[in-house]
Amino acid sequence: MSRTQRRVVISGLGPITPAGAGIDAMWKKSCEGGSAITRIEAFDASGFRSRHGGGISRELFNVRDAVPKSYRKATKVMARDTEFAVGGAAAAVADAGLLTKAAGDEPPTIAPDRMGCHIGAGLIAADIDELTMALSRSVDDAGDFDYAAWGERGMGNLTPLWLLKYLPNMLACHVTIIHDCQAPSNTITCAESSATLSIGESMRVIQRGAADVCLSGGCDSKLNPMALLRQQFADRIAETGDDDATAHEAVRPYAADADGTLAGEGGGILVLEALDSVRERGVRAYAEVAGFGAAQSDCSDTVGMRFAEDDPGLESAIRQALRAAKLEPSDIDAIVPSGTGIPDVDAADRRGMKAVFGDRLPEIPIILPIPVFGLCGAGIGAISVSIAAKAIEQQRLPARVNADSIEGLDAAAADSREADLGSILVFTTNLGGQSAAVVLTRIEEDAR
Amino acid sequence: MTVERNDKERVVITGMGWVTPLGCDLDTVWRRLMAADSGMAPITRFDAATFPTTFAAEVRDFDVDDFVDDPTIHADAGLNVQFALGAARQAWTQAGLAAGSFDPLRAGLYLGAGEGVLDFDNYAGSNIAGWNDETRRVDGVRWVEEALKTMSAMREIEQEPNMPLAHLGREFGLRGPAYNCLTACAASTQAIGEATDILRRGDADLMLSGGTHTMIHPLGVTGFNRLTALSQHDGDPTEASKPFDRTRGGFVMGEGSGMVVLETLEHARSRGATPIVEVLGYGSSCDAYRITDIQPDGRGAAAAMEQALEEAGMTPTGTDADGRPCVHYISAHGTGTKENDSIETRAVKRVFGELAPSIPMSSIKSMMGHLIAAAGAVELITSAMAIKHGMVPPTRNLHHPDPDLDLDYVPNEARVAPVDVALSNNFGFGGQNDTLVISRFED
Repeated sequence: MSRTQRRVVISGLGPITPAGAGIDAMWKKSCEGGSAITRIEAFDASGFRSRHGGGISRELFNVRDAVPKSYRKATKVMARDTEFAVGGAAAAVADAGLLTKAAGDEPPTIAPDRMGCHIGAGLIAADIDELTMALSRSVDDAGDFDYAAWGERGMGNLTPLWLLKYLPNMLACHVTIIHDCQAPSNTITCAESSATLSIGESMRVIQRGAADVCLSGGCDSKLNPMALLRQQFADRIAETGDDDATAHEAVRPYAADADGTLAGEGGGILVLEALDSVRERGVRAYAEVAGFGAAQSDCSDTVGMRFAEDDPGLESAIRQALRAAKLEPSDIDAIVPSGTGIPDVDAADRRGMKAVFGDRLPEIPIILPIPVFGLCGAGIGAISVSIAAKAIEQQRLPARVNADSIEGLDAAAADSREADLGSILVFTTNLGGQSAAVVLTRIEEDAR
Repeated sequence: MTVERNDKERVVITGMGWVTPLGCDLDTVWRRLMAADSGMAPITRFDAATFPTTFAAEVRDFDVDDFVDDPTIHADAGLNVQFALGAARQAWTQAGLAAGSFDPLRAGLYLGAGEGVLDFDNYAGSNIAGWNDETRRVDGVRWVEEALKTMSAMREIEQEPNMPLAHLGREFGLRGPAYNCLTACAASTQAIGEATDILRRGDADLMLSGGTHTMIHPLGVTGFNRLTALSQHDGDPTEASKPFDRTRGGFVMGEGSGMVVLETLEHARSRGATPIVEVLGYGSSCDAYRITDIQPDGRGAAAAMEQALEEAGMTPTGTDADGRPCVHYISAHGTGTKENDSIETRAVKRVFGELAPSIPMSSIKSMMGHLIAAAGAVELITSAMAIKHGMVPPTRNLHHPDPDLDLDYVPNEARVAPVDVALSNNFGFGGQNDTLVISRFED
């Protein structure tokens, strides 16, 4: 069998969103309509452009509930991003009906050396209170930071394992330990394309025969001062006022007056599995990962804040995914695009979709998770692919939160509805120019 | 003995480049490695005088403007991006690439690039300005007021770990698949391995791959010092990094970048390029053991080596007609920590059995320190140079043999040794193990 023939499906979904942990919570919120955007509670964000975002409340998600008892102590050395990955993996593994080491003495469903793990991560921000406590013990008489004092006594206030909380591969590190995944494990750090690229990599790893199952996705938290500042510096976040009830209206993907996005946190883990393994286990799968494509965009300024007008990157990623799926553009029944509400990203999305789908584009329903859940950085692709997989399984389009009218796209506010969904395209782009596209297809009855 | 592949599936390296503490071109660094030279000295980037570790191996005499077409495009680039541009330009030039000699949509990037350097002074200043000692919390409003005044937007954005991709994509006109992975010390080995897979599948013709990183900054040194992973050697810094020595006490931070141009053999032939080495095999595994410790039997490390050798079509315990092992040089991860060097030795013995002591295995981290995410690429290039020159680099500072470590670590002096096949290991904090096997290119 060649390196591209083995079929790969999604057998478990574990999104972590402001609606809570797991696919049922996310799907319910997606279909009932309305947004989960709330005032940022993690810190006082009233000095930022956005005071609202897709925060996940501690009541809805506590990592201690997601780990085996013996692993609870280790939750102390997890950054929030890692907590989401650990929670997402627990949800996805349960959803796929897999037993792993986390189940205790039960023999695992899949041999550990056949389980891989690919989790996208962001630039994890240090806990600002923990670090500043130490920094504040290292100031000179004028109150300024003093290196000598830091070396002598300040740094000693940090826990010995401090650095290990913030290495991006710690998401996968904890997940692989908990579930005993000994096959290839990687950490993709390409901002909003991280999870999408991770899913592509899991597919490749399974296809080349290095694993049968991969825990795959991405998680991130942008709701801390440093991460939110970077989003503001990059001119990506929308202004919100004092009214919590209407704050989500600040995100209007593809609207003529789009102002930016709202940051969020979460993401999730999916179980990617070889179709032969799913058949052997006799379980259902949501959809087939039929095609994948990726590209680097031509960026018109130094670091890729804006894509060039004639940039071929996104179009190329979509076409690669279609080609790998052996589908034509006319086969695509819905699209989950980047859909951020950031004008430059919206424009790049539109150009890429227009180039591929041409005059049919206005007829293709667009699915928009970000106005509901916020933009959780490296995790967003996991939410987008999860929602597409669930939509195929349910043959239903989720509700859409957006402006009442969007020119040239089926992307305005709408209720959830039944739909015939054979194939859905998901894609992400990011600041920096990495685009990734995934085509999911309905699994024919005999393969289920 | 080697596996059958057609020219579309065979992957070769046609260009290599590096920016390291021992220099910024292939030949200078190679000469210094052969001389067992050291790049370690007191840290100059910030005042580390009171830190537990006061020295590192810094890149010196490097100016990115010498390596790029239009420096203004990269004016905001951080050190990690600058190193990457320097290394990539060398690789690009050696590969003889120019616009028009490849299809941009079929030319991708797979980097294992580290994050940029935090603007520590202004960050610390903002944090302290926002600190409320009573609540023990930073006040978000006061913090952002100070941060918006003192920090620079571009400098912050440039720290995102995908920024090296953006700069390299722009500089060299690459529009194919683009990934950055960050599996700590294994990142660039994993990047090159996955780039090879992308080429073998037929998803691209050419991939620029490698790594870049510096953690020689206040929080980087702080973090590794708190972990007690760094050498705190008291005395001459050039004697601090002692892989495989009984008195080894931790690694020494290095910085820099290594980049390679990978191509399918078919593509290299079509444009008349000269392959330097062939990538025969790649293995990747995960310890799934503990966040701080390596699996003590070397299970994960051995699995990565075994997979790479299997993909290369080799039997590690077998010999050729002349009685030689299938691998003639091992570039060790060899960090110089007690744990790594012991377990790596165990893993190599597990894989190669009785043949293990007959394979020279050295650690260039003894000379240029640990380049973290960039280590793998730089060490793979070293392995390719060993094949090219028929010489293997030494492990410097190996004066006190450890009775438990009984392999041939090439102590202190480079050695003439014919190398046709080399294996390069890297193991990340967090459990990722990656191995590449390369060989002299043969038609």
